[in-house]
Amino acid sequence: MSAVCLGVPGRIVALTGAPDLRMGTVDFDGVRRPVCLAYTPEAEVGDYVIVHVGFAISQVDEVEAARTLEVLRAIPDALAGELGPEFAQ
Amino acid sequence: MKYLDEYRDPVLARRLLSELRATATRPWAIMEVCGGQTHTLVRQGIDELLPAGIRMIHGPGCPVCVTPLATIDAAVAIAARPDVIFTSYGDMLRVPGTAGDLLGVKARGGDVRVVYTPLDAVRIAREHPDRQVVFFAVGFETTAPANAMAVLHAAATGLRNFSVLVSHVLVPPAITAILDAPDNQVQAFLAAGHVCAVMGWTEYEPIARCYGVPVVVTGFEPLDLLEGIVMAVRQLEAGRAAVENQYARAVRRDGNTAAQQAVRRVFRVSERTWRGIGPIPASGLALTAEFAAFDAEARFPAGGTPAVEHPDCIAGRILRGIAVPTDCPAYGTRCTPLSPLGAPMVSTEGTCAAFHHAGRRKPPVEAR
Repeated sequence: MSAVCLGVPGRIVALTGAPDLRMGTVDFDGVRRPVCLAYTPEAEVGDYVIVHVGFAISQVDEVEAARTLEVLRAIPDALAGELGPEFAQ
Repeated sequence: MKYLDEYRDPVLARRLLSELRATATRPWAIMEVCGGQTHTLVRQGIDELLPAGIRMIHGPGCPVCVTPLATIDAAVAIAARPDVIFTSYGDMLRVPGTAGDLLGVKARGGDVRVVYTPLDAVRIAREHPDRQVVFFAVGFETTAPANAMAVLHAAATGLRNFSVLVSHVLVPPAITAILDAPDNQVQAFLAAGHVCAVMGWTEYEPIARCYGVPVVVTGFEPLDLLEGIVMAVRQLEAGRAAVENQYARAVRRDGNTAAQQAVRRVFRVSERTWRGIGPIPASGLALTAEFAAFDAEARFPAGGTPAVEHPDCIAGRILRGIAVPTDCPAYGTRCTPLSPLGAPMVSTEGTCAAFHHAGRRKPPVEAR
């Protein structure tokens, strides 16, 4: 996995009061890393952020995340209709 | 894991594929700009599941791959200095320069260290006041805020032994360069979601309007990519050319303004040479006058051996999206991820490496 391009979402589990830089601990599915939160000043413990080379670049909008999934789930499964339920899992 | 696993649901993926089959009435060519997206498309085989006629063209969005050879050569020369600790993201170490790579420098005793974040490089500089610490600041708009913060932090704490070798590239000018090429085949773009998380998408609006190409800001999970492709095809079929945002959970129209401000303070827009493509005006970042003291190239002037690309490598055509890796005579034989001739075979986000890791083979030669 490359360090340069992929940002991953993680959950802020602690704010670590560094004196000159907003830092926190972010949990990525069990792996915890120090992350700079200078660019997500609103993000608090419990929030999800997209982390890229040790910096949170965006806070995940949970409402939008859920809405996108709702839109996708609303698409009819044409294949299941044609081939029967075993393909619909 | 929240916001990751849900976007890998195979049932929803199949629904999107059938939606795509129902939408597409003719062939379309769509470019995913970002190497991270290329990696997902190829590794999951999404590009091969698409309906006949929907072709993904893999773009130049791999910062490792487009870092100019001369810059790799400068990195190798600086890293070889006995007074320097050279720090870099891991995937830059194996990019071939004219005479070897950073890994070779390390093997010969050079102090080359892989860091996960530029703040680690700043920390190393603080821990070694007697050494010069150089960070290889590469990447698109996504890593620019991190690299800017490293410089700001070093300046604020009075670090005099820290500098950055800057090789930053910007996505919109590259898209424009691709569209301006006489052999361009791209009809729509998936814009890189994390670049837009930082920059927003206002820069893409004039491109969509002037060139009449749909642009869909897209995330990185399989479902994100499929939905991005569906949205692009819907626009193409309707004859529309707008910027749409598939990746609404992470990207707002104006992006991350705090990050943009830091980038604007530390960097200015400059001309930049892209490996395999050539110089593109206003397509890169260089340090502003205020932070010129942190420029590693000025601090360690390079000796001038001209940079020479390997003659067998067709990386330039691959990065412009007019050839695929399996077209290359060296692919999989003289050029593999273990001994790469060109940059796209190095990084997992390079198109050649993505093809190779997925086991893509050259089409068999017809028996006569």
